[in-house]
Amino acid sequence: MKFSENWLRELVEIKADRAALAHALTMAGLEVEELTPLGDNLTGVVVAEIVAAEKHPEADRLQVCKVNAGSGETLQIVCGAPNARVGIKVPLATVGANLPGGIAIKAAKLRGVESFGMLCSAKELGIDNDASGLLELPQDAPVGQALADYLGLPDASIELKLTPNRPDCLGLVGLAHDVAALFGSHVKVPAQAEAPVTGTAQRGIRLEAGADAPRYLGRIVEGIDPAARTPLWLAERLRRAGLRPISAVVDVTNYVMLELGQPLHAFDNDTLTGDIVVRHAHADETLKLLDGSEVKLDRGFLLIADEQKGLAVAGVMGGYDSRVTDATRNIFLEAAHFAPAAIMGRARKLGMHTDASHRFERGVDPELPRRALERATELLLAIAGGKAGPVLAAENPADLPKPAAVGLRRARLKRVLGVEVADAEVARIFTALGMQVEAGADGWRITAPSSRFDIEREEDLIEEVARIYGYDRIPTHIPAGELALAIEPEARLNELAVREHLATRDYHEAVNLAFVSHALLQQWGMTEQLVPLANPLSADLAVMRPSLLPGLIEALSHNRARQQERVRLFELGRVFAAGDPPVETPSLAIVASGHARAEQWGEAARPLDFFDLKGDLDSLIVWGGEPQRWSVHADGLPGWLHPGRGARVALDGQTVGYLGALHPQLARQLDLGPDVHVLELALQPLLGRRLPKAQPVPRFPSVRRDIAVDVPEHMAWAQVEQAVRGALGALLAELRLFDRYSGKGVEAGRKSLAMGLILQDGSRTLTDDDADRCVRNAVDALERSCEAKLRG
Amino acid sequence: MEDLDTRAAQALAEIGNADTLDTLDALRVSLLGKSGIVTAALKALGTLSPDERKARGADVNRLKERLNDALGARKQTLEQAELDRRLASEKLDISMPGRDGERGGIHPITRTLERIAAIFARLGYQRADGPEIEDDWHNFEALNFPPHHPARAMHDTFYFGDGRLLRTHTSPVQIRAMKGRQPPIRVIAPGKVYRSDSDQTHSPMFHQIEGLLVDETSSFADLKGTLAEFIRAFFERDFEMRFRPSYFPFTEPSAEVDIRWDAEDGSTRWLEVLGCGMVHPNVLKNCGIDPERYTGFAFGLGVERFAMLRYGVSDLRAFFENDLRFLKQFA
Repeated sequence: MKFSENWLRELVEIKADRAALAHALTMAGLEVEELTPLGDNLTGVVVAEIVAAEKHPEADRLQVCKVNAGSGETLQIVCGAPNARVGIKVPLATVGANLPGGIAIKAAKLRGVESFGMLCSAKELGIDNDASGLLELPQDAPVGQALADYLGLPDASIELKLTPNRPDCLGLVGLAHDVAALFGSHVKVPAQAEAPVTGTAQRGIRLEAGADAPRYLGRIVEGIDPAARTPLWLAERLRRAGLRPISAVVDVTNYVMLELGQPLHAFDNDTLTGDIVVRHAHADETLKLLDGSEVKLDRGFLLIADEQKGLAVAGVMGGYDSRVTDATRNIFLEAAHFAPAAIMGRARKLGMHTDASHRFERGVDPELPRRALERATELLLAIAGGKAGPVLAAENPADLPKPAAVGLRRARLKRVLGVEVADAEVARIFTALGMQVEAGADGWRITAPSSRFDIEREEDLIEEVARIYGYDRIPTHIPAGELALAIEPEARLNELAVREHLATRDYHEAVNLAFVSHALLQQWGMTEQLVPLANPLSADLAVMRPSLLPGLIEALSHNRARQQERVRLFELGRVFAAGDPPVETPSLAIVASGHARAEQWGEAARPLDFFDLKGDLDSLIVWGGEPQRWSVHADGLPGWLHPGRGARVALDGQTVGYLGALHPQLARQLDLGPDVHVLELALQPLLGRRLPKAQPVPRFPSVRRDIAVDVPEHMAWAQVEQAVRGALGALLAELRLFDRYSGKGVEAGRKSLAMGLILQDGSRTLTDDDADRCVRNAVDALERSCEAKLRG
Repeated sequence: MEDLDTRAAQALAEIGNADTLDTLDALRVSLLGKSGIVTAALKALGTLSPDERKARGADVNRLKERLNDALGARKQTLEQAELDRRLASEKLDISMPGRDGERGGIHPITRTLERIAAIFARLGYQRADGPEIEDDWHNFEALNFPPHHPARAMHDTFYFGDGRLLRTHTSPVQIRAMKGRQPPIRVIAPGKVYRSDSDQTHSPMFHQIEGLLVDETSSFADLKGTLAEFIRAFFERDFEMRFRPSYFPFTEPSAEVDIRWDAEDGSTRWLEVLGCGMVHPNVLKNCGIDPERYTGFAFGLGVERFAMLRYGVSDLRAFFENDLRFLKQFA
């Protein structure tokens, strides 16, 4: 809602300057979104007429104008505006004026020709953005009058960001009532006089939409002057409200809408046939609208029709064929009440949003149509002449909203607000808001005016008290109240701890949008169980991510394209899979590229490999305290992993994620090298954590023996480990693989594994013989089950 | 006798001149060893009369002691000198970087979100969660947004074909939290939310934190007090704050909260940071809570906004680009 400050001040006494008014509006819930001062500092700017114009002798683009500014003498002004010409009336900034843009007007010579002032554009005067040429004033503008007086300046254009519950403030009179309540003053709106009825033309009105359209008023005005011009004051008020003046009839209906909040529509009466019928649209009924668009309606739409055809989508927009044109002499003016629920969402469904729909879907005072019709008639007759016929009205009183009294309990008011508001103050507030107040023992019964659609229950009244009383005056208090201490299970890691853990392992957390493109998922081969959006912003953001990795790899690529070779990122977020309801799984993903360790002076650079990420995984698993429940498997890998350098991760045998090198083909498509490794796991399994159960520490020393065996290349460490553990049982406290080697000195097709056996007996100190026996047993087992040969 | 004194003086001088531990050790052997002068002198005692032997023996022992002391002192001096020499040669360039000192970091949004959640945890708020793909009832209807209500138009909503939608705010978690239990309730619900809007100041995905308190006594004054404390705790300073009447279908009275923010150019302006209000009785009823017995308040805030203010981030999009040069600033 945008309006002229001066206009509002004409409707209500405001004992406050502009800044204080804006503050008061904002603090009453009518937030001032923008305040644009218009025409400040226009002292010395007057209405002038160009009486002569000649080309400047030295400059093609300049003209030397002779100007009558009403002072008796003709002033010479050099002017560069393209529209400067004899006969037009324009603003003249006389010598001594200081324009809003900081231009001080002095007598000057321009290319050798003297100039005594400046002819101005709207922009130079700070009243509009138009800088294309001089501001051309109406022909009847009185020469010599101060421009500020003539245009009603200074003024300000104030734009309110109104909440949907306050449609009553979508008209200046309604706003004026709220302002009056805020400032304790009175609205200065005269009672609306009835326009003299001098015409006789009539037309029947039939209401056929029940409670959706309970009131419809119309009037025929015949013989208006199609060439009538909207007076400057009215056009200026429209412009300051952000509306472009169009024609006398349209401007009048817009003006009344701004003033009262009642949308009006004018039809060319000569295009109508028979009665006006207010009905629901038929299925698939079509109508060409004012803006030229053709819409297809359904039974959910209210239609204004005549006996032959549709005329307008009620509460949204008028039709094209029945519109008022610059040849229209006879009009049919409409002012109706539509139930908000009958209009809500209809414009949106047509992809539109209009001033009318904005108001009707929020609620327009059902008592306004007659007043608005009379006001529009009054203005129209004054501007364009014509003969007004009688007011034609059809209504179903039973279906009109009826203001009901709502109770407000004194105790509830205090309880909800946490402050005691004096009875007299409560009564004053409601009275000032135009509500009827009936005091009782425990509180009040309040009846809101018909303009208020937001007063239905006690809380609505409490809000009104708080709003006018002032939120600032409500004290602050810290809630008391009993509270059970929340239990945070110790046997569960929290997500923040996981994040911190990864950060200390040199990973940075990333946050990616949760949608990705079909094309990207196609590359990854992730095409199953997708959850696509019905109305994505773009094809790039069309599908809910089924995995964190595609997005995270894009972030990795983003960084590599910016001279970052070693990129290590992780993300925690949900991944989505189709289902009813769709399945959301919190996940953890890691991506890494470049060297395993940051480049440094003491270590040779080593490319990142599978085991670096496996180490990250191990560190998380160990944290949970039950590593024996976890396993990795070389089978069942997804297509985006390198088949020989990837692993499936399982907890208790259930797959929970994957890690490894990207498949070389995918890596090439994504323009990445073989160093890129990834991990993705469901998060929940990682958060499980065993509550420690302490065991006594061993009282006897442990013994270490190292052995090296060579085994076939394909022999998995897991099998070697299993053989050793099987052979030594409880005596083996720890088994450490400390070297893996193949090449010179090891037979082709075989590899050497060196391991440390940490032996421990809980009841005695192991002897050398014990240890030697263990080694023999281990080697025997390895030879038996792992094709191992003991190395020298 | 003279001979011994002379020898002693000579030996002490030699000890003083010994410049390596080896020389000193050789000297010790030559003086105190089997063939050293002290041993010789002790041996010579046998040839003396008992009286002479006693006097002479005491002299020899004193000499032995003096030599021992001198040897020990000299040894300490030489060892100290050698240690000094070694230490001088073992000097590291300690200005070189340490090994593996890199550290990653937590995203500024997470960092902000966790700080906020921690502040409310201290006030007894428990974390709650809900799905990001919601149904219309939880996201709108239960929160008192009737179908087609204009307030819905403020939520540019992403839909799925089946009528489900991406939650446009964390407020549906209120509903889930209240449906599961009876007051007193204090919950905080952080999470991702989605709106179909993308430009310099809007991201189609962003983060909100919803707070909810329901009990038998809570009032608008409690809401004001809680949020004032929160703002102070988060920014670690006092702000001029104002509560402005506003409208949300699920709270009434509703407010927006502005803080008086100092811009870098020294100017100040009101900056909206929060929306809040008293939980609407319809919402309590929708969750099976008696609005006559219980009142409550709810608030919602944008995590990105708080992160931008706290850390001086000027471009919202930086949060989702994941540029390491940005992320590393928050390590």
